[in-house]
Amino acid sequence: METKMTGSPVERSRPQSPNIQIYRPQLTSVLSIANRISGVFLSIAAFGLVVWLIAAAAGPRVYATVQGVLSSAIGQIVLFAATFAFFLHLCGGIRHLVWDGGYGFELRTIYASGWAVVTVSVALTLAAWIIALFTGG
Amino acid sequence: MNQRQKRSPFGRAIGLGSAKAGVENWWRERVAAVALVLPTLWFVGSIIRHSASDYTAFVTWLKMPFVTFMMALLLIALFYHTALGLQVVVEDYLHSAAKIPTLILVRLGSFVLAAAGILALLRIAFLN
Repeated sequence: METKMTGSPVERSRPQSPNIQIYRPQLTSVLSIANRISGVFLSIAAFGLVVWLIAAAAGPRVYATVQGVLSSAIGQIVLFAATFAFFLHLCGGIRHLVWDGGYGFELRTIYASGWAVVTVSVALTLAAWIIALFTGG
Repeated sequence: MNQRQKRSPFGRAIGLGSAKAGVENWWRERVAAVALVLPTLWFVGSIIRHSASDYTAFVTWLKMPFVTFMMALLLIALFYHTALGLQVVVEDYLHSAAKIPTLILVRLGSFVLAAAGILALLRIAFLN
Protein backbone atom coordinates (compact mmCIF):
# COMPACT_ATOMS: atom_id res chain seq x y z
CA MET A 1 0.00 0.00 0.00
CA GLU A 2 1.45 3.39 -1.03
CA THR A 3 1.06 6.55 0.97
CA LYS A 4 1.37 9.78 -1.01
CA MET A 5 2.81 12.75 0.85
CA THR A 6 1.27 15.29 -1.51
CA GLY A 7 -2.29 16.39 -2.19
CA SER A 8 -5.09 17.32 0.16
CA PRO A 9 -5.74 15.14 3.23
CA VAL A 10 -8.85 13.77 1.56
CA GLU A 11 -6.93 12.50 -1.50
CA ARG A 12 -4.20 10.73 0.47
CA SER A 13 -4.60 7.00 0.52
CA ARG A 14 -3.95 5.99 4.09
CA PRO A 15 -2.81 2.50 5.01
CA GLN A 16 -5.71 0.70 6.59
CA SER A 17 -5.49 -1.32 9.77
CA PRO A 18 -5.08 -4.26 10.35
CA ASN A 19 -3.51 -5.06 6.91
CA ILE A 20 -4.53 -8.69 7.08
CA GLN A 21 -2.97 -9.43 3.68
CA ILE A 22 0.59 -8.74 4.91
CA TYR A 23 0.25 -10.13 8.43
CA ARG A 24 1.79 -13.52 9.16
CA PRO A 25 -1.00 -15.65 10.65
CA GLN A 26 -0.46 -16.27 14.37
CA LEU A 27 -2.16 -18.76 16.66
CA THR A 28 -3.88 -15.90 18.49
CA SER A 29 -5.32 -14.25 15.36
CA VAL A 30 -6.22 -17.57 13.70
CA LEU A 31 -8.11 -18.75 16.81
CA SER A 32 -9.84 -15.37 17.10
CA ILE A 33 -11.30 -15.52 13.61
CA ALA A 34 -11.86 -19.30 13.91
CA ASN A 35 -14.14 -18.66 16.90
CA ARG A 36 -16.27 -16.34 14.76
CA ILE A 37 -16.31 -18.57 11.70
CA SER A 38 -17.22 -21.61 13.79
CA GLY A 39 -19.98 -19.56 15.43
CA VAL A 40 -21.48 -18.56 12.09
CA PHE A 41 -21.16 -22.16 10.85
CA LEU A 42 -22.87 -23.42 14.02
CA SER A 43 -25.74 -20.96 13.38
CA ILE A 44 -26.33 -22.79 10.10
CA ALA A 45 -26.08 -26.10 11.98
CA ALA A 46 -28.70 -24.79 14.45
CA PHE A 47 -30.98 -24.13 11.47
CA GLY A 48 -30.32 -27.75 10.42
CA LEU A 49 -31.29 -28.94 13.91
CA VAL A 50 -34.70 -27.28 13.58
CA VAL A 51 -35.19 -28.76 10.07
CA TRP A 52 -34.33 -32.16 11.55
CA LEU A 53 -36.89 -31.77 14.39
CA ILE A 54 -39.58 -30.59 11.97
CA ALA A 55 -38.83 -33.62 9.75
CA ALA A 56 -39.25 -35.91 12.77
CA ALA A 57 -42.56 -34.21 13.61
CA ALA A 58 -43.73 -34.50 9.98
CA GLY A 59 -43.41 -38.31 10.00
CA PRO A 60 -41.23 -41.27 8.96
CA ARG A 61 -41.12 -40.38 5.24
CA VAL A 62 -39.84 -36.81 5.61
CA TYR A 63 -37.49 -37.95 8.40
CA ALA A 64 -36.06 -40.68 6.11
CA THR A 65 -35.32 -38.04 3.45
CA VAL A 66 -33.44 -35.85 5.95
CA GLN A 67 -31.60 -38.90 7.35
CA GLY A 68 -30.66 -39.83 3.77
CA VAL A 69 -29.07 -36.40 3.24
CA LEU A 70 -27.27 -36.61 6.62
CA SER A 71 -25.88 -40.09 5.99
CA SER A 72 -24.57 -39.21 2.51
CA ALA A 73 -20.84 -38.53 2.12
CA ILE A 74 -21.36 -34.75 2.00
CA GLY A 75 -23.78 -34.95 4.94
CA GLN A 76 -21.24 -36.84 7.03
CA ILE A 77 -18.47 -34.36 6.17
CA VAL A 78 -20.73 -31.44 7.18
CA LEU A 79 -21.66 -33.23 10.43
CA PHE A 80 -17.98 -33.90 11.20
CA ALA A 81 -17.15 -30.24 10.50
CA ALA A 82 -20.06 -29.18 12.73
CA THR A 83 -18.76 -31.42 15.55
CA PHE A 84 -15.31 -29.84 15.30
CA ALA A 85 -16.82 -26.35 15.06
CA PHE A 86 -18.87 -27.09 18.18
CA PHE A 87 -15.91 -28.22 20.32
CA LEU A 88 -13.68 -25.41 18.98
CA HIS A 89 -16.36 -22.80 19.76
CA LEU A 90 -17.01 -24.36 23.20
CA CYS A 91 -13.31 -24.46 24.18
CA GLY A 92 -12.66 -21.05 22.62
CA GLY A 93 -15.68 -19.68 24.47
CA ILE A 94 -14.43 -20.98 27.82
CA ARG A 95 -11.04 -19.35 27.05
CA HIS A 96 -12.84 -16.06 26.39
CA LEU A 97 -14.81 -16.35 29.66
CA VAL A 98 -11.54 -16.79 31.58
CA TRP A 99 -10.21 -13.65 29.85
CA ASP A 100 -13.45 -11.83 30.77
CA GLY A 101 -12.65 -12.70 34.39
CA GLY A 102 -9.32 -10.91 33.94
CA TYR A 103 -7.08 -14.00 33.93
CA GLY A 104 -4.61 -15.53 31.46
CA PHE A 105 -3.31 -12.49 29.60
CA GLU A 106 0.42 -13.26 29.87
CA LEU A 107 1.82 -14.05 26.42
CA ARG A 108 2.98 -17.52 27.48
CA THR A 109 -0.42 -18.29 29.03
CA ILE A 110 -2.22 -17.06 25.92
CA TYR A 111 -0.25 -19.46 23.71
CA ALA A 112 -0.65 -22.33 26.20
CA SER A 113 -4.44 -21.86 26.37
CA GLY A 114 -4.56 -21.46 22.57
CA TRP A 115 -2.82 -24.78 21.93
CA ALA A 116 -4.96 -26.36 24.65
CA VAL A 117 -8.10 -25.22 22.75
CA VAL A 118 -6.75 -26.74 19.50
CA THR A 119 -5.66 -30.03 21.12
CA VAL A 120 -8.77 -30.54 23.23
CA SER A 121 -11.22 -29.73 20.43
CA VAL A 122 -9.46 -32.07 17.97
CA ALA A 123 -9.35 -34.83 20.63
CA LEU A 124 -13.03 -34.41 21.60
CA THR A 125 -14.12 -34.38 17.93
CA LEU A 126 -12.23 -37.60 17.20
CA ALA A 127 -13.47 -39.20 20.45
CA ALA A 128 -17.09 -38.30 19.66
CA TRP A 129 -16.90 -39.84 16.17
CA ILE A 130 -15.00 -42.93 17.25
CA ILE A 131 -17.54 -43.63 20.04
CA ALA A 132 -20.44 -42.98 17.64
CA LEU A 133 -19.01 -45.31 14.99
CA PHE A 134 -18.29 -48.09 17.52
CA THR A 135 -21.62 -47.91 19.38
CA GLY A 136 -23.75 -47.14 16.33
CA GLY A 137 -22.04 -48.83 13.41
CA MET B 1 -17.86 -10.51 39.33
CA ASN B 2 -21.21 -9.06 38.39
CA GLN B 3 -22.41 -6.48 35.92
CA ARG B 4 -22.40 -3.56 38.37
CA GLN B 5 -18.64 -3.94 38.86
CA LYS B 6 -18.11 -3.68 35.11
CA ARG B 7 -19.45 -0.13 35.00
CA SER B 8 -17.45 2.74 36.46
CA PRO B 9 -18.98 4.54 39.49
CA PHE B 10 -19.09 7.78 37.48
CA GLY B 11 -20.84 6.07 34.58
CA ARG B 12 -23.40 4.68 37.02
CA ALA B 13 -23.84 8.06 38.72
CA ILE B 14 -24.74 9.92 35.52
CA GLY B 15 -26.81 6.98 34.30
CA LEU B 16 -24.98 6.84 30.99
CA GLY B 17 -21.99 4.58 30.47
CA SER B 18 -19.87 5.19 27.41
CA ALA B 19 -21.86 2.51 25.66
CA LYS B 20 -25.22 3.19 27.35
CA ALA B 21 -26.84 -0.28 27.40
CA GLY B 22 -23.52 -1.93 26.51
CA VAL B 23 -22.87 -3.42 29.95
CA GLU B 24 -26.25 -5.17 30.02
CA ASN B 25 -25.76 -6.52 26.49
CA TRP B 26 -22.25 -7.69 27.31
CA TRP B 27 -23.54 -9.46 30.41
CA ARG B 28 -26.39 -11.14 28.48
CA GLU B 29 -23.88 -12.49 25.95
CA ARG B 30 -21.89 -14.14 28.76
CA VAL B 31 -24.92 -15.54 30.57
CA ALA B 32 -26.33 -16.94 27.31
CA ALA B 33 -22.96 -18.57 26.57
CA VAL B 34 -22.67 -20.19 30.01
CA ALA B 35 -26.30 -21.33 29.83
CA LEU B 36 -25.52 -23.24 26.61
CA VAL B 37 -22.67 -25.38 27.97
CA LEU B 38 -24.69 -28.10 29.71
CA PRO B 39 -27.57 -28.47 27.16
CA THR B 40 -25.17 -28.68 24.19
CA LEU B 41 -22.90 -31.24 25.92
CA TRP B 42 -25.99 -33.27 26.85
CA PHE B 43 -27.23 -33.04 23.24
CA VAL B 44 -23.93 -34.09 21.64
CA GLY B 45 -23.59 -36.98 24.12
CA SER B 46 -27.16 -38.13 23.42
CA ILE B 47 -26.73 -37.91 19.63
CA ILE B 48 -23.57 -40.03 19.87
CA ARG B 49 -25.52 -42.72 21.77
CA HIS B 50 -28.43 -42.57 19.28
CA SER B 51 -26.39 -42.37 16.08
CA ALA B 52 -27.70 -45.78 14.96
CA SER B 53 -31.35 -45.20 15.99
CA ASP B 54 -34.15 -45.45 13.41
CA TYR B 55 -37.19 -43.15 13.27
CA THR B 56 -39.23 -45.05 15.88
CA ALA B 57 -36.36 -45.21 18.37
CA PHE B 58 -35.54 -41.55 17.86
CA VAL B 59 -39.16 -40.38 18.29
CA THR B 60 -39.60 -42.62 21.36
CA TRP B 61 -36.52 -40.95 22.83
CA LEU B 62 -37.78 -37.43 22.00
CA LYS B 63 -41.14 -38.22 23.65
CA MET B 64 -39.50 -38.80 27.04
CA PRO B 65 -40.47 -35.79 29.23
CA PHE B 66 -36.89 -35.10 30.32
CA VAL B 67 -35.66 -35.21 26.70
CA THR B 68 -38.45 -32.90 25.46
CA PHE B 69 -37.64 -30.51 28.31
CA MET B 70 -33.89 -30.55 27.66
CA MET B 71 -34.38 -30.08 23.90
CA ALA B 72 -36.66 -27.08 24.55
CA LEU B 73 -34.06 -25.58 26.92
CA LEU B 74 -31.37 -26.22 24.30
CA LEU B 75 -33.37 -24.46 21.58
CA ILE B 76 -34.06 -21.39 23.76
CA ALA B 77 -30.44 -21.01 24.93
CA LEU B 78 -29.05 -21.86 21.48
CA PHE B 79 -31.05 -19.32 19.52
CA TYR B 80 -30.64 -16.61 22.15
CA HIS B 81 -26.86 -17.07 21.94
CA THR B 82 -27.06 -17.29 18.13
CA ALA B 83 -29.03 -14.02 17.92
CA LEU B 84 -26.53 -12.18 20.15
CA GLY B 85 -23.50 -13.70 18.40
CA LEU B 86 -24.65 -13.02 14.85
CA GLN B 87 -25.55 -9.48 15.97
CA VAL B 88 -21.90 -8.87 16.84
CA VAL B 89 -20.73 -10.26 13.49
CA VAL B 90 -23.21 -8.06 11.57
CA GLU B 91 -22.28 -4.96 13.59
CA ASP B 92 -18.57 -5.55 13.02
CA TYR B 93 -18.56 -6.26 9.27
CA LEU B 94 -21.72 -4.78 7.77
CA HIS B 95 -21.63 -0.98 7.47
CA SER B 96 -24.03 -0.39 4.59
CA ALA B 97 -27.73 0.45 4.65
CA ALA B 98 -28.37 -3.29 4.91
CA LYS B 99 -27.13 -3.31 8.53
CA ILE B 100 -30.37 -2.53 10.34
CA PRO B 101 -32.58 -4.82 8.18
CA THR B 102 -30.03 -7.63 8.66
CA LEU B 103 -30.02 -7.11 12.44
CA ILE B 104 -33.82 -7.30 12.48
CA LEU B 105 -33.70 -10.41 10.26
CA VAL B 106 -31.19 -12.08 12.62
CA ARG B 107 -33.40 -11.37 15.64
CA LEU B 108 -36.66 -12.43 14.01
CA GLY B 109 -35.06 -15.44 12.30
CA SER B 110 -33.64 -16.70 15.61
CA PHE B 111 -37.01 -16.26 17.30
CA VAL B 112 -38.88 -18.02 14.48
CA LEU B 113 -36.45 -20.97 14.44
CA ALA B 114 -36.61 -21.42 18.22
CA ALA B 115 -40.42 -21.29 18.11
CA ALA B 116 -40.59 -23.71 15.15
CA GLY B 117 -38.26 -26.15 16.90
CA ILE B 118 -40.27 -26.07 20.14
CA LEU B 119 -43.53 -26.51 18.18
CA ALA B 120 -42.06 -29.57 16.40
CA LEU B 121 -40.97 -30.96 19.80
CA LEU B 122 -44.47 -30.50 21.27
CA ARG B 123 -46.04 -32.10 18.22
CA ILE B 124 -43.78 -35.13 18.60
CA ALA B 125 -44.40 -35.32 22.35
CA PHE B 126 -48.19 -35.03 22.27
CA LEU B 127 -49.48 -35.85 18.78
CA ASN B 128 -47.23 -38.33 16.96
